[in-house]
Amino acid sequence: MDMTQAVLLTILTAATPLLLAALGELIVERAGVLNLGLEGMMATGAACGFAAATLTDSTGLGVVAAMLSAMLLASLFGFVTLTLGANQVASGLALTIVGLGLSGLIGAGFVGTSRTAVAGLQIEGLSDLPGFGKILFGQDPFVYAAWALTFASIVFLRWTRAGLIVRSVGENQTSAHAIGLPVLKIRFWAVLFGGACAGLAGAYLSLVYTPFWSPGMTAGRGWIALALVVFASWFPMRLLLGAILFGGATVLQLHAQAASLGLPSQLLSALPYLATLLALVLMSLGRRGGSAAPGSLGQSFVPDR
Amino acid sequence: MKQMIKWLGAATLALGLTASAGAQEKLKVGFVYVGPVGDFGYSYQHNQGRLAVEKALGDKVTTTFLENVPEPDSDRSIEQLVRTGHKLIFTTSFGYMEPTLKVAAKYPNVHFEHATGYKRAANVATYSARFHEGRYVQGVIAGKLTKSNILGYVASFPIPEVVSGINAFMLGAQSVNPAVKVKIVWANTWFDPGKEADAAKALLAQGADVITQHTDSPAPLQQAEAAGKLAFGQASDMIRFAPKTTLTSIVDNWDDYYISRVKAQLDGSWKSIDTWDGMSKNMVNMAPYTNMPDDVKKLAMETEAAIKSGKLDAFKCPVFGQDGKQIECKGKGALSDEQVLGMNYYIKGIDDTLPK
Repeated sequence: MDMTQAVLLTILTAATPLLLAALGELIVERAGVLNLGLEGMMATGAACGFAAATLTDSTGLGVVAAMLSAMLLASLFGFVTLTLGANQVASGLALTIVGLGLSGLIGAGFVGTSRTAVAGLQIEGLSDLPGFGKILFGQDPFVYAAWALTFASIVFLRWTRAGLIVRSVGENQTSAHAIGLPVLKIRFWAVLFGGACAGLAGAYLSLVYTPFWSPGMTAGRGWIALALVVFASWFPMRLLLGAILFGGATVLQLHAQAASLGLPSQLLSALPYLATLLALVLMSLGRRGGSAAPGSLGQSFVPDR
Repeated sequence: MKQMIKWLGAATLALGLTASAGAQEKLKVGFVYVGPVGDFGYSYQHNQGRLAVEKALGDKVTTTFLENVPEPDSDRSIEQLVRTGHKLIFTTSFGYMEPTLKVAAKYPNVHFEHATGYKRAANVATYSARFHEGRYVQGVIAGKLTKSNILGYVASFPIPEVVSGINAFMLGAQSVNPAVKVKIVWANTWFDPGKEADAAKALLAQGADVITQHTDSPAPLQQAEAAGKLAFGQASDMIRFAPKTTLTSIVDNWDDYYISRVKAQLDGSWKSIDTWDGMSKNMVNMAPYTNMPDDVKKLAMETEAAIKSGKLDAFKCPVFGQDGKQIECKGKGALSDEQVLGMNYYIKGIDDTLPK
């Protein structure tokens, strides 16, 4: 395996959990809800996914458990912020804390156990092609799922009626309500979808990326995913590029160090965040002020008021 | 609402008081950990030490631990232990140094022990382990087993403890294989499994065939196993994560130290001292040597025995800096403890620059 291919493969695996989590959050935010609890949902997904996969000895069931557990947390968030109209920022932060604590509790019995990583695809003749064989035809299922989900989101948001409805609820909740759209119900579904994606991202961490469970193994990826949504200015295509850029910055600096290129590793580690700031500045300049965020983002909606 | 907070405050205070009143007959010992006890690494081993205290002296002491305590505002957590009647408190991470001293100044009758720091007070002792001794043994094994002559090192932060570990590892490797090279990747984290795995992948892609790490998760081991290469575990025996790859692990052993210090507290002989023990006092142990031929195993055991008996020092003079100049020898035939504890340079043979 040549060097370029090795680097590209690592970038793709580093980008996948970010892409999955951020994609869910993007839809949630497009519907006008800000869920800062990504990190907590991911951690719980990672713990439940690993626990279920170990107990049943089935990766598939592990993935299902991861998604369901994170959706359960998301529905709690939805109940508090949508049904009860509580502040979304505070609830999201609380969800992070709850999720991280819960993950430690669930995973406690599984600390120190290890699994074999989910294997990559192996297609006779194709996966062994020199150059791009392994990258195109040798990934694990999560990578393909993440990319498929990205393109599905593009189609959903741009070309489907349901996507238009989600966007309208997020852009202007009052108007959406006025034309008879069930704002809260639509948002609840979006929040659940966000939970499922975060759970999937968590499962990727504990079943594929580093196949063991340890408390705190998400190590801030939920927060990076949140920054990524902003960086992408709420567009799935840019999200894909951003995830590769964010994952790439981390991985490239590690490879640069291993190759003794003498680049400053601390600066390169900060690159994704600098890129987010730059993207925000460029977006503001492009729009002559104002924000690219969905109009009703983060606002509570209480009908009939 | 204000009234309620007041009541709650009074209730907690009362609870704290009863707790301390009820603990008259048993000594209460507190532990503060930077990570989760389930990290299967550094904090896990400290917790093993706590459990050893309970086992040995359970009829005379009760222990409490706080995990995941962030370093910057740890003084509140430490003070909470004092207020609930703990008379001996171990704070187990470098970053707890100032908070521990701050709380200690307020409570002169409570004894504190701070791990891996260098500031003491009348009621604050310090302790650490000579981890670099284990690194030297690992270096000997790696130098023998590498076929590519490239060793991979996943490092955390450029602090003396880590730098002296890299140097000791390299000195061990050079002692059996003068042609060996080491490639170092700084992950800039103690614990991020994903990033540690990526760092290991980068090293493997550069041709490293033996990986060692100074970060806390077993992720680099798993990567080495997936690639069919060799690796070392960190802080606790990690062989269960990579049974075909793990050569040995450096195992931190705080059991004896914690038991002896709690005993000292019980019989009134506790003093503020500085402890920096290694293999000779079993504070640094090597997990069983596995996945290597018998002659390498034998050599590793001999090296370990030599360090244990004091015959061999990882930093025996002469030690040369990267520029080839000899480092001044301030100890007896080896670098002094102060020199090792303050190490901020690479030795000869490491073709890399230390990040500042």
